Amino acid sequence: MAERSFKAEVEHLRKGDGETFTGEGILAITKALLENGVGYVGGYQGAPISHLMDVLADAEDLMGELGVRFEANASEAAAAAMLAASVHYPIRGAVTFKGPVGVNVASDAIANLSSSGVTGGALIIVGEDYGEGSSIMQERSHGFAMKSQFWLLDPRPNLPSITKAVKDGFELSEASNTPVMLMVRIRACHVTGSFETRDNQRPPLTVRDALANPQSDFKRVVLPPWSYVHEQDKINNRWPDAERFIVENKLNEHFGPRDAPLGIVLQGGMYNGVIRALQRLGLADIHGNSDIPLYVLNVTYPIVQSEFDTFCDGKDHVMVVEEGQPDHIEQQLGSFLYKAGRSVKLHGKDVLPMAGEYTGAVMLDGVTAFLKQAAPDMLPAHVRAPNMDAPAIPDLSKTVPIRPPGFCTGCPERPIFAAMKLTQEELGKHQITGDIGCHLFGSLPPFEIGGATMGYGLGPAANAAFDGGGEKRAISMLGDGGFWHNGLSSSIGNMVFNKSDSVAVIVDNYYSAATGGQDVMSSRAENGSKATGNPISKALEGVGVKWVRQIDNTYDVGKMREVLHEALTTDYDGPKVIIASSECMLNKQRREKPLRAKAIKEGRRVDVPRFGVDADVCTGDHACMRLSGCPSLSLKTLDDPLRDDPVAHIDQSCVGCGNCGEVADTAVLCPSFYQADVVHNPSPFETWRAGLRARLICWLQTRRDAKRLRLSGSAT
Amino acid sequence: MNALLSDRGADTQTAAIVKIAVMAVGGQGGGVLTSWIESLARTQGYVCQATSVAGVAQRTGSTIYYIEMTPETGAQPVFALAPSGGDVDVLIASEMMEVGRAILRGFVTPDRTTLIGSTHRALAVSEKTMPGNGMADAAEVRAAAEVAAQNLILADMDRLASDQGSVISSSLFGALAGSGALPFARAAYEEAIRASGKGVEASLKAFAAGYDAAQRGAEPMASKQSEAAQVIIGPAAQMRAWSALEARAAQVPETVQPMALAGLAKTVDFQDCAYGALYLDRLDQIIARDSAANDWRLSQTAAKYIANAMCYDDIIRVADLKTRAPRMQRIRSEMGTRDENVMQLTEYFHPRAEEVAGMLPAKMGARMQRNPRSMARLERWFGKGRRLRTDTLPAFAMLHVLGGLKSYRLKTYRHALEVAHLEEWLSQALAPLESDYALSVELLKNRRVIKGYSDTHTRGLGKFDRLMGAAQLLQGREDAAEWMHRLREAALQDPEGKALDGALETVKSFA
Repeated sequence: MAERSFKAEVEHLRKGDGETFTGEGILAITKALLENGVGYVGGYQGAPISHLMDVLADAEDLMGELGVRFEANASEAAAAAMLAASVHYPIRGAVTFKGPVGVNVASDAIANLSSSGVTGGALIIVGEDYGEGSSIMQERSHGFAMKSQFWLLDPRPNLPSITKAVKDGFELSEASNTPVMLMVRIRACHVTGSFETRDNQRPPLTVRDALANPQSDFKRVVLPPWSYVHEQDKINNRWPDAERFIVENKLNEHFGPRDAPLGIVLQGGMYNGVIRALQRLGLADIHGNSDIPLYVLNVTYPIVQSEFDTFCDGKDHVMVVEEGQPDHIEQQLGSFLYKAGRSVKLHGKDVLPMAGEYTGAVMLDGVTAFLKQAAPDMLPAHVRAPNMDAPAIPDLSKTVPIRPPGFCTGCPERPIFAAMKLTQEELGKHQITGDIGCHLFGSLPPFEIGGATMGYGLGPAANAAFDGGGEKRAISMLGDGGFWHNGLSSSIGNMVFNKSDSVAVIVDNYYSAATGGQDVMSSRAENGSKATGNPISKALEGVGVKWVRQIDNTYDVGKMREVLHEALTTDYDGPKVIIASSECMLNKQRREKPLRAKAIKEGRRVDVPRFGVDADVCTGDHACMRLSGCPSLSLKTLDDPLRDDPVAHIDQSCVGCGNCGEVADTAVLCPSFYQADVVHNPSPFETWRAGLRARLICWLQTRRDAKRLRLSGSAT
Repeated sequence: MNALLSDRGADTQTAAIVKIAVMAVGGQGGGVLTSWIESLARTQGYVCQATSVAGVAQRTGSTIYYIEMTPETGAQPVFALAPSGGDVDVLIASEMMEVGRAILRGFVTPDRTTLIGSTHRALAVSEKTMPGNGMADAAEVRAAAEVAAQNLILADMDRLASDQGSVISSSLFGALAGSGALPFARAAYEEAIRASGKGVEASLKAFAAGYDAAQRGAEPMASKQSEAAQVIIGPAAQMRAWSALEARAAQVPETVQPMALAGLAKTVDFQDCAYGALYLDRLDQIIARDSAANDWRLSQTAAKYIANAMCYDDIIRVADLKTRAPRMQRIRSEMGTRDENVMQLTEYFHPRAEEVAGMLPAKMGARMQRNPRSMARLERWFGKGRRLRTDTLPAFAMLHVLGGLKSYRLKTYRHALEVAHLEEWLSQALAPLESDYALSVELLKNRRVIKGYSDTHTRGLGKFDRLMGAAQLLQGREDAAEWMHRLREAALQDPEGKALDGALETVKSFA
């Protein structure tokens, strides 16, 4: 079960003609797919489109009614390959994944698809993970469109525009026999708003119908000589067809006055940012009516030269607002102008930064800088001559600590890394690579385990150079998500085939956790439409891993450390794989909390564990913190004049996972930790026994206190 | 051209748009707060847009939710998708350092921003892992907030919520209502909570608490609510002896008294009145060599660290503390245990051969310590993790007995070690007293780096020795004390003492 359920929202997807839909961008996209008679959908989760996959999964019943097939693909490559259905059949298909990393994985299939060309509309919805909140390398997906010659939509970030882009995308794809990529940026995926809905359309031809009368045409297969024909077809037919469709259907938009000596060309996704900058400069009103001509590229590839030329007519200065690098669009426009021998001054990366997100402040500075050159008299007085009477705000850059993402309270991966840290303290530092997933947080303090991540499922592959072994064995991390995505073949298969003498630790938390707790093949949860419960250990056996250790309770730090020690020291020189399994605490709590509350209400016996620290036993050395970093394990300053440093403290958010006690024990830290189990609805015998114990203990305590001086109370 | 392009005047265009940014820590429920604000706005006839960043940014890291709204006019306004420096009307920060981050990023400006912040702390990893005190200074953030915000609301929104059995999103929503920053009636806010239909009652209570807090504005620095200061209690007969000690402590210079009394209480609690008297004797020796001229800084420092040195953490002390009556009561209440519940208590112990040897009579313990084989044997017998259920009799009785061995404590090997260490420390610290008073004070303070148990304790001792050793290097420099202070701060930065080694290199380079 995914972290977030859209069951309730999904009902809105049934809305029909003339109704209004209000909600998140991803839901709007799903609705638009159904309105446009999509025949099959799929994809692979990953921010910012994880929730789109969750919505599709939750909408499976509705899609079933419409004869739409939903596939939770094994990877982005698998998702893109699925679009092959649109090569021969006039069926609309859509897949979604994150960009650019997902596009990297999918690029092989996308390239082949682009060569074959499509009959039914093929839409690739990419959540571009760029800028603030991004968890990946900062690149653009734009280049893939250029190299494979498919078309790239970058609609204005509001629900009507995004849903229209879905419709345009399918039609453009069919008009030019080319797959189309619809790009939505992080915040656009989760932007809320409203749009007018239309009835959902049953696909004219369902995938089931297609199976009834199969089609094929060797001319569409990527093999010589047809592959050469495909390339010519792209340039001579598909591209012109696309441009014609773009122009005739006005996919790109114009705003502001027709003729002015200056103008701005922008990606659709940049529209709101540009308008806000103009609004702040008093050059656009609240509804976006601009004093400066805007040429909005809802299609960022291909660029239609005729449209651009007309836009430039009568202008001396044109600014390009294109986020990220390289500046593909600006280069293209520059060459247009140069070849046409025009004198229009082209601005862009000279007034805006080449790299990084175009935030509100950046955009304001960029547009202002452009206007200073192009039309200084348009700038409001306070910009032309700013008056500096703002009070100086103290600089907090030295005060405020960074707060990168980390393991959640009670995360089952924390003890794994605690054990690894202890193992390294014993056997010395090792060569360790990480993978993609929550476990990559292990590379951050306090653990600092793992020096590289080369991609999803590539942890062990990233250690291949060290497969030959040496004085100390290399260790690599791999998550269950990454294992099924790509790791089984690219990492484990690689280890087996090359007789790797290294160690792989598979972190199995029952879900694709970092992307929002979607099920994977080895998930323990019952899933109505997916086959879960396929143990990773069996797969390892299957590909020929002989040395496998399964740990079913990662919180047992001692055991974890033993097994790591064994893997690093055993004589066996083949691949050694440790599967560390415990359920993602975020999902576990979500599932169990309500059940527990219910059980307590119904009077059933429930044991609720939580940890604590004896403030007067803790000396404030914080050794436990360096093996935990748990949000619930924090510090507290005692009002005791004799104490210099704050002591450890465990707050109410503790879920009693046990890591604190285990670490204190295994690392021989200190006796400050205790575990308190509050038993709700204890049996009568239990209550009686507890009472008896309490009385005897109380007697002993009173007896001693009658004979000695002591401090009243105890430090809290 | 100006005819064509009428200058509409800057920053007037978005005046009709209310811009709200929520800076939260992943997992705090910023999403819930955002959806409440959204539905509130829509029911009040506003067009509203919210954005957020999902993904790993939400896993305990700092994250931003952003909302814009404006009265419905029929025509669709163009909203921004992210907050922009100098252009935020309401900034809600769900944690004190997030308040700081908001200011740092320029989202809080004196000309427009209502800042609603929670003063509680969710410590960043970097603040927690330092062996010393790595906690960021909330006072600095508060000071900056007072300058940066047009309208400032600061309160422990986390406590306000948890006191009502709810979460911070509710109290913050209440504070937003109470701030009056939005033109909506209180009832409309509460309706938004009801409409969401989850944990409504608790949420409404927390909402009210937040509302009232907002009405009060910025609450003063939460001056650590000090529980009734601990005092020495016990049987009448012994209390007389205690009073005598108190009277004696009252004789020390006034500025030294508070620390002396605290130290005295600690030593008596640790052992007995005789031990407390011994503490005062040691202190008197220091006072005798101190003077009002230096307003007794040496004596104050000594009063603090001699007490800490005398109250070392041996098995007896830990066993005693773990079996005291008030502790059990404290834990019961902290865990919210009701009378009808049963509470089980598990202690995590892992004694090492060293601790066990320390419990032996001095001579015997010393012999053991010298002989690796017998130490190995001790390790085999005792050196394993033990989980003691102190709510059950056998475990409790065992600790109770151990905790009662005070009369024997002063004969143990550990005690001999501690006394020797203490005396050497004092003599080393006082050596430069005549020539360099300040250095002596700093040398006394070095005791601070000795803490923790087992390996941590051993590492602490190592750092301590290196610090004390540095006195030789610094002798005679007029900034010796200053450098000793710097060295100690370095020693408290990381467990291995890398920073200390670096600082020591610098000191060596002086020579």
